[in-house]
Amino acid sequence: MPALVWMRRNLFNGIASSLATLVALYLLLRGLWAVLRWGVLDAVWSAPDGRTCRALGGGDGACWAFIGHWYRFIIFGRYPYAEQWRPALVIVLFMALVLASCDPRLWRRGALLGAIWVAGLALCFALMHGGVAGLPVVTTDLWNGLPLTLMLAVLGLVFAFPLAVLLALGRRSHLPIMRALSVGYIELVRGVPLITVLFMASVMLPLFLPAGVNIDNLARAQAALAFFYAAYLAEVIRGGLQAIPRGQYEAADALGLSYWQKTGRVILPQALTIAIPPLVNIFIAAFKDTTLVTIVGLLDLLTTAGNAITDPQWRGFYVEAYTFVAAIYFVFCFFMSRYSRSLERSLGR
Amino acid sequence: MSEVPMIALDRVEKRFGAFHALKGVSLSVARGEKVVICGPSGSGKSTVIRCVNRLERHDAGRIAVDGRELTDDPKQIEAVRREIGMVAQQFNLFPHLTVMQNLTLAPVRVRGMKPAEAEALALHFLERVHIPEQAAKYPGQLSGGQQQRVAIARALAMRPKAMLFDEPTSALDPEMIKEVLDVMVSLAEEGMTMIVVTHEMGFARRVADRIVFMDAGQIVEESPPAEFFSAPKSERAQLFLSRILGH
Repeated sequence: MPALVWMRRNLFNGIASSLATLVALYLLLRGLWAVLRWGVLDAVWSAPDGRTCRALGGGDGACWAFIGHWYRFIIFGRYPYAEQWRPALVIVLFMALVLASCDPRLWRRGALLGAIWVAGLALCFALMHGGVAGLPVVTTDLWNGLPLTLMLAVLGLVFAFPLAVLLALGRRSHLPIMRALSVGYIELVRGVPLITVLFMASVMLPLFLPAGVNIDNLARAQAALAFFYAAYLAEVIRGGLQAIPRGQYEAADALGLSYWQKTGRVILPQALTIAIPPLVNIFIAAFKDTTLVTIVGLLDLLTTAGNAITDPQWRGFYVEAYTFVAAIYFVFCFFMSRYSRSLERSLGR
Repeated sequence: MSEVPMIALDRVEKRFGAFHALKGVSLSVARGEKVVICGPSGSGKSTVIRCVNRLERHDAGRIAVDGRELTDDPKQIEAVRREIGMVAQQFNLFPHLTVMQNLTLAPVRVRGMKPAEAEALALHFLERVHIPEQAAKYPGQLSGGQQQRVAIARALAMRPKAMLFDEPTSALDPEMIKEVLDVMVSLAEEGMTMIVVTHEMGFARRVADRIVFMDAGQIVEESPPAEFFSAPKSERAQLFLSRILGH
């Protein structure tokens, strides 16, 4: 029995080890039991209002009825209730776009991939904004919750990535001006907290614009995120570039490939593969950092959840609200983490 | 036939910081000629051929390939590189591409060949280096000798007018050296212009029209192999030969 042998070697290897295993096991089971009781056994699944829900739960159980009442607000925020099928469709579209782009076979067909993204994003925008095909217009201040969070993260990274590649190449360029510009940009952005960049985009930028010119607050925050992420991605990509042996550059040169052919066909594919783990690390961090947009008045997923618990009828169910939001974040981040591992395996030859 | 040499170096100088790597090297290689460069390590052998396709920029002197002079003009450099194949000690195959993709990349991208045409050509050269069955594999799945033969086929797929070999067997296990040298011998027999930096004196004796012996950044001696091996003129060449043939 290999399992028994393993247990004996790793869990019950002597008196102290056995004791530690039993104590840990006890604490683990107790913790799990408490969670199970709170989340399932003693939980209240439906109730007309918060007071009834508390009474039914006896104070020990979760009140999932709160989520039942408020999940649409948490996910879609103030987007008009009757039109919420539109952001729902946008969420699905976003996920489909990302999932489709996860297939390495599509990366070789850059034009097709680009066309899919342009079409997909145009469709998303049309759905969210309306004004076409008889859809009522919904202004960007009502784009809240999960669609906003996904949009900020996905678009932020999609726009940041090409810029990051150029910055990383620029930092290793032989041209002094390119190098100075890249280094200056990266160091400047990395030296400033994201909150500051968001504030600048939201509060200071309009002061510099000529009168009458008005850029949407959401667009400004979106651009700020993209420019911010680019600096971090650039450094990770530079790390990948540095790992490519000189012989690869020389072999490409010796075959007569131009700089861009060499970079696009030989160097970058290898450098980006090497950089997958730190890249995904940044993707995950960036996804969660979008919650900071709340300070410039955007209602992302975390903020809508925070707003839901201020309702007088349902005041104070913050554990339920944040558990719900945490679960959504976890699903997305866990997917990114698993995907990066499978990608490393399939590309790592 | 034109009288223009395939490769001509005229008083070429190269410094790496304080190190004077090439001290006025002049060398002329005619069309179809096979030249083997030998000499102790650090003598500048590799630097010479790396200057010929501009992997290193020479500081002074002139280098011309098929009458086209190497200048700082990138167009000129790319034109020269298209006409010259290079095989390096470390193979330098592209590990993320299959053998076939390694061979078709430059013909398609640089020569503008159609993919199907490039694949047919690639297969032809893989047959010449005796490994057509490895076309779908990745370089990491091949032995060192196989990888080096793929590297030769990759250079040939550009249909170069001349080939440069920079110690092509130095990184190989002894039992794999022969398979690579055999390919190079047959290439030489077909009339390819070649400059080979190598320590394989058997190969040099058999294939070279001329042996160029270098030491300390200079060409010390140039002679046909029979003469070089039986009666080296310079003391340094005598010492070098006694060291590498002496056991």
